[in-house]
Amino acid sequence: MDALPALPVAVPLLVAAALVGLAPVCPRRVADAIALAAAAGVTVLCLLLLARSFDAPVVYWFGDWTPREGIALGVAFAIDPVGAALATLAGVLATAALTFSWRIFEAVRTLHHGLMLVFLAGIVGFCLSGDLFNMFVFYELFSVAAYALAGYQTTDPGSVRGALNFALTNSVGAIFVLAGIALLYGRTGALNLAQLGQSLATGPADRLVVVAFLLLMVGFFVKAAVVPFHFWLADAYALAPTVVGVIFAGVVSELGLYAVARVYWTVFSAPLAGVEGLTGVLLVGAVATALLGGVMCVLQHHLARMLAYATVSHVGLTLAGFALLSPAGAAGAVLYLVTDGLVKGALFITVGIVDHHLRDIDERRLQGRGRHLLWAGALLVVGAFGLAGAPPFGTFLGKALMEEAALEAGHPWLIGLFVVVAALTSAALLRATGRVFLGLGPRQGPAPRGPDEAAVRHPHVHATQVAPAVLLLAAALAIGLAPGLTEAVQKAGDHFSDRPAYAAAVLEGAGEHGPAAPRPPPHLAGPALWALVSGLGGLGLALVALFPDRLPGDLRGRLARASGPAAAALRGLHAGQIGDSVTWLVVGMAGFGAMLALVTR
Amino acid sequence: MMGFLPYLVAAWLLLVGLYGVVTSRNLVHAITCLSVAQSSTYILLLSVGFERGGTAPIFLDVPVGTKAVDPVVGALTLTDVVVGATVSALLLALAVQAYKHHGTLDPERLKPERD
Repeated sequence: MDALPALPVAVPLLVAAALVGLAPVCPRRVADAIALAAAAGVTVLCLLLLARSFDAPVVYWFGDWTPREGIALGVAFAIDPVGAALATLAGVLATAALTFSWRIFEAVRTLHHGLMLVFLAGIVGFCLSGDLFNMFVFYELFSVAAYALAGYQTTDPGSVRGALNFALTNSVGAIFVLAGIALLYGRTGALNLAQLGQSLATGPADRLVVVAFLLLMVGFFVKAAVVPFHFWLADAYALAPTVVGVIFAGVVSELGLYAVARVYWTVFSAPLAGVEGLTGVLLVGAVATALLGGVMCVLQHHLARMLAYATVSHVGLTLAGFALLSPAGAAGAVLYLVTDGLVKGALFITVGIVDHHLRDIDERRLQGRGRHLLWAGALLVVGAFGLAGAPPFGTFLGKALMEEAALEAGHPWLIGLFVVVAALTSAALLRATGRVFLGLGPRQGPAPRGPDEAAVRHPHVHATQVAPAVLLLAAALAIGLAPGLTEAVQKAGDHFSDRPAYAAAVLEGAGEHGPAAPRPPPHLAGPALWALVSGLGGLGLALVALFPDRLPGDLRGRLARASGPAAAALRGLHAGQIGDSVTWLVVGMAGFGAMLALVTR
Repeated sequence: MMGFLPYLVAAWLLLVGLYGVVTSRNLVHAITCLSVAQSSTYILLLSVGFERGGTAPIFLDVPVGTKAVDPVVGALTLTDVVVGATVSALLLALAVQAYKHHGTLDPERLKPERD
């Protein structure tokens, strides 16, 4: 058995240890190059695994402890295209972030790079693992690295508080996950996902199984920042160094959703199959997350916070796809998640460039100061349309698949949610771009600080800063244009949600999947129209925000009176206090628990 | 099985730990409360695998079929302890940084620099 599946975890861990050990003697550029090479290597390895897993899951038993008579004894990686695609995304984003940091991030680089590689190794292990307890361990591994990276700038009190809030809230989430694992182990004596699924498939869900599902779901939702578990996110993501924010916003939240979907399909799909209202429960979380994230995104002036809340709202959209609990919904959600991650990574890098060159990140203070960085504005506009899911971005295809799945599942109103949320997040970005790079809009808030623009000599923008953002956007476009991709994604969604086939592949080493049922290609005309609507809606909202004086006076007054107090209340709610976010975690747990109790009665 | 008592203890530890985290105005206190909440998982795991009258799971010099406690939960708990220690150490390091740079351990007095 070849060891390829273990390499994308082992390599970055070993390189990280070497980098930290050699820190005192390793020149800076050498450390940079080694870290970059390791991240790129992980990406290539994950791509190889992705290519290999399309025909049948790649199952790798550590120490060759293969199952005996259908009973899993050892610990396995079970790699399917969905997990491999997420791992690849993490590798791509880490490579892009490290390239970006070549010229920007001045700090104790060897330690920072070591943390980044441990972070990456944890994410990849989490995506590839076929064992629930190992998922938990990798989850904690990448989380601890993430806490340290989020608080890396210890001189900024906001950053330290953000990291503490991130760490405390997510650790509570991890406690829930582990409690869920303990209950499942007590019931089945198994930790392997396939084995767990086989044990529970014998009957309908009783209370213990439902409670275990609740604990796992809520625990992973904390990482995904599903409302009301999202209060920690903005400080942690927006105040972390840009290099780290790229990966946070691009892939980390989505990992929480991936975990819920993976655990649902491999373990709980049989016992919970008869539960009619489960989709409804998940959709409540999805709608609340998408809308609240979108509104909070519009309310931000801090560019990185804006992207952080865009992440929250798009987690809601992705959850809506998974919540349909159908192979088609999962396929669309995965495609959306990957391409959205690429776009957000590019946007985060662009905002990092703006921050680095203009020494500020507040849209109001930056008004008109970006005129000589127009190309960065152009990148933000392209990214905004990528976020909005405009064709031919891959986000468009993902959304089209999710919309079709929503129609099939009898939830046509979800299309409206997609349109509104995409309009909100793209409006926020377009407004900020217009203000910063074109100087549009009325002056508001604090007066510009700092020296006169004309007198400042801006540092030269280096290719290593721009290229990663351009390449990530290009990748999101290429995915949208790749021929045959839709069928491949649909096939991956079918396999992702086929529990018996997964169990057979893991426990009995069953080979190739059967031929996929032929499926008509998705209808793209309707989704294209909706994408146009949300793109125009976003542009319209941005223009309204930039030129409020063009609105009729009484309408403007009414808008201000209606939205002012609500906006203030929402901002107050999101002040980032640690006690608040843990309180909301408990409240959310109770809420989801009550809803699950209702639907599984 | 020891009946319900260990599960009640686990639930109690989780709840008081969470209460402490929610109400704390001191970071070191909050981090300790998190450890209390975390310890509920140790109790839960161990009680899941407990076997009354079972021996330690070392299968040397004992007849086949001897009752023993589940070794897997022991391993899980050990892993969990390591994870918990890592998280606590990292959080305490962050608290030290907060105090060093900003002179406070009250999370509510840490405010972002530029907003």
